Amino acid sequence: MSSHYVYAMGGVVLFALGTYALLARPHLIHKVIAANFMGSGVFLVLIGLGNRTAAEPDPVPQAMVLTGIVVTVAMTALGLAIVKRYYSATGMTTLDAPGEDGERR
Amino acid sequence: MSRMPERRRIRVVPLLVSLVLFAIVMRAVLALPTSAEGLSGAMTAGAKASGIKNVVTAVLLDFRGYDTLLEIAVLMLATVAVLSLRARPDALSRKITDTAGPVLGSLTRAFVPIMIVVAGHLVWIGSSGPGGAFQGGAVLGAAGILLALSGYARPRWSAGRPMRWVLAVGLLTFIGVALLPLFGDGTLLQYPDASRKDLLLLVEVLLTLSIGASLTSLFLASASDTSAEERS
Repeated sequence: MSSHYVYAMGGVVLFALGTYALLARPHLIHKVIAANFMGSGVFLVLIGLGNRTAAEPDPVPQAMVLTGIVVTVAMTALGLAIVKRYYSATGMTTLDAPGEDGERR
Repeated sequence: MSRMPERRRIRVVPLLVSLVLFAIVMRAVLALPTSAEGLSGAMTAGAKASGIKNVVTAVLLDFRGYDTLLEIAVLMLATVAVLSLRARPDALSRKITDTAGPVLGSLTRAFVPIMIVVAGHLVWIGSSGPGGAFQGGAVLGAAGILLALSGYARPRWSAGRPMRWVLAVGLLTFIGVALLPLFGDGTLLQYPDASRKDLLLLVEVLLTLSIGASLTSLFLASASDTSAEERS
């Protein structure tokens, strides 16, 4: 088993950790960070698996990851801006309605 | 602090979902053949034909230009959305701090010109080595954020219409270059062979400006918001 599988499997672990945090953590900033985790996991899988070539690594996954990083930056910035606006409008950092015994919407 | 234990409690349904996903994706990754050439051979040959020595740049702008075009559109849309969420209309030109000391100030004065040169170098080198519009744009964006964090006020035009043109010029030029072949007998994004390198360089340079401006705006549109809340 060669090293690119270590990267790919590490990416799968990151993806699963991110999925858990995205679903389980109520704090909205945690959710943005968790989505970033999932994205980084996908990038690791793509870059790792793109390295299964004999000589030069496959450039297509590298270009796709470069594209993905920019989209992730845009997503993160938009998510954080929405969280900030939500916080200044409601004073809350979660989507839970206060006083409804943690019932999630 | 009393909320800490409650928050750290393991939640069963998310745990199950993430474990099932983990198993499925891991199984899929391990089921792939251990060696695969992918498209590297075809891409290397194609890059030679296109005249761009760096294969990743050739893939980004030429072979998969559609992806890159849409990606710039995503970045633009996100910038527009973040700018419309900003709390103050002058968020882009306002000073966000006046506490930066003399060390940070003079370091910034020394670094920012170097960063601009590095950004230009990254774009230029992108045709033959690692580099390109995104790398150059990231350095430009970092220079803009550094300027803002060291207490430099941006010029007034950076909040107004000229800034919007800087933000849009990369995408508009890219769309223009993509549409150009349609007036002849080509297809979308089919660059004419004679001027391919010049067109791609033009797109790269303008994209760099737009990406740098986008990244700085994404940061500043939210950042100045906070200091306003803290001061009032």
